[in-house]
Amino acid sequence: MAETRVIAAPASAGFAWPKLGVTGVRILTIVAIVAIWEGMARSGLLYKDVVPPIERIIVATYNELLAPAFYYHLWITFAEVAVGFVVGSLIGLALGIVLGTNEYFRKAMEPYLNAIGSTPKIIFLPIIFLMFGVGMESKMAKGAFSGFFPMVFSTTLGMILINPVLLRVGKSFHLNQWQTITKIYLPAMVNPVIVGLRLALGVTIIGILVAEIKFSDGGVGFRLIQYYDQFKIAPMYAMLILIFALAAFGNFGMTKLQDKFNWNMSSSGKKSSSHGSLRA
Amino acid sequence: MRKLAQSLISPTIAGLLGIIALLAILQLAVSTGVIPKVVVAKPTAMMDSIPELIYKSHIITNFFITFGMTLAAVLIAIVLGVPFGYLMYKNHVVGEAYEGWLAAMFAAPIVLLYPLFLVIMGRTYGCLILMGFLPGMIPIVIQTRQGLLNLNKTLLNVGRSFNVSDRDMFWKIMIPGAAPNVFSGIRLGVMYTLVNIVAIEYLVDFGGLGRIVSDLYFRYEIPAMYAAIGFVILVSVIFYWAFGKMERWLRPA
Repeated sequence: MAETRVIAAPASAGFAWPKLGVTGVRILTIVAIVAIWEGMARSGLLYKDVVPPIERIIVATYNELLAPAFYYHLWITFAEVAVGFVVGSLIGLALGIVLGTNEYFRKAMEPYLNAIGSTPKIIFLPIIFLMFGVGMESKMAKGAFSGFFPMVFSTTLGMILINPVLLRVGKSFHLNQWQTITKIYLPAMVNPVIVGLRLALGVTIIGILVAEIKFSDGGVGFRLIQYYDQFKIAPMYAMLILIFALAAFGNFGMTKLQDKFNWNMSSSGKKSSSHGSLRA
Repeated sequence: MRKLAQSLISPTIAGLLGIIALLAILQLAVSTGVIPKVVVAKPTAMMDSIPELIYKSHIITNFFITFGMTLAAVLIAIVLGVPFGYLMYKNHVVGEAYEGWLAAMFAAPIVLLYPLFLVIMGRTYGCLILMGFLPGMIPIVIQTRQGLLNLNKTLLNVGRSFNVSDRDMFWKIMIPGAAPNVFSGIRLGVMYTLVNIVAIEYLVDFGGLGRIVSDLYFRYEIPAMYAAIGFVILVSVIFYWAFGKMERWLRPA
């Protein structure tokens, strides 16, 4: 049989990237963004103040952090996120367990859950406003509605993917229902539930901020859009930076929690089903 | 008894019957005043408002506005995202440098950046396309790189053995090999783009489907608003289903 000889490819065919490390590329990117921003700010090409110089944004961020009003609005958003996240996650978890254990019910419900899960949730805001008014309750409801879907998908998938051997072993040891839940289901469900919680927290925060932007009288989303309406551009950018930092902090915290549980599971020798939601 | 019912009725039929039962209960509850009709519209009233939605609110035309912006944003995302994913694959320093940033951006509330783009670009279709393009491009870049990293090395070695040029290597081996992953990225990109464009249409009362829902809410035309929301769900389902089908076709089991 004829053998095909493998010819090594040239070491660097095509574009030769300057010899920079990962940190170098990152620093270069940040410098380029700052330079483009400053260039736009000082060029006079755009309306005055639309792109303020970076030092004004830094000062505005600093002022925002010192303003008591910021913390008042932050507290409102925090309360809305906390309630929305807890309610949405608990309902999602409960329904996920039911769907995971009852195949018939899952097959009946799945198309409808997928349909609403793939729809932009913001489109349901008018219904939520009609039902709960434009106060904090509607933001909590919107957060719960947004957070429910990743939780239910992740929990259902986690339940489906539990190793059936574990369940059979449990049966052969005559474990009662409580023991089956605590010794088999719960340890195997930790990772999918944490993944679901992480995704749910992210979409809950976004859902609530968007609802605050549309109709509210408090919260950081409201403060952001108030600055926009009053054409206070530097504080508006400052709010955007703070909102992104807070969202990143929340996501980072949940990722750390997920890593911690993953580590605990692997260090105790237990295998967990590490999967994301049904839909990425 | 329950087992017998389950064996006689398929889950799909049971789900459909459940929805019909829910609509019937809703109709009864709203008709009898248990649920105020200013909060929830009767299902029959929603059906009656469909002609108004088509001829007065021009929902079909507005669907094409949203669809056109989504298509434009996704096309730009593909044109820029696939080469960028390739660059991140080809140069591991660039790949490592941006991988974490892209993952963080994917989880970030990009939709909230809309005031930034509004003050720069104004309430224009271009602004909406740009806001749709940003979240749409991220999964395309990530999945393109992932697809190329997961390429079967044998295919690359065979290409090299035949002294295939870089261009042919890219078009005839790498792209077909990475296509399932790239398409997964495109499917995610389409869904994220659609979600963002509809969200911003709704927030700024400009554009297609999102604007109609916002308009109808402000005009307090509740049945038509519910029907419009139903239409948006239908559009999302069609997108989700069509791209899911295409993905399964590209990625046989």
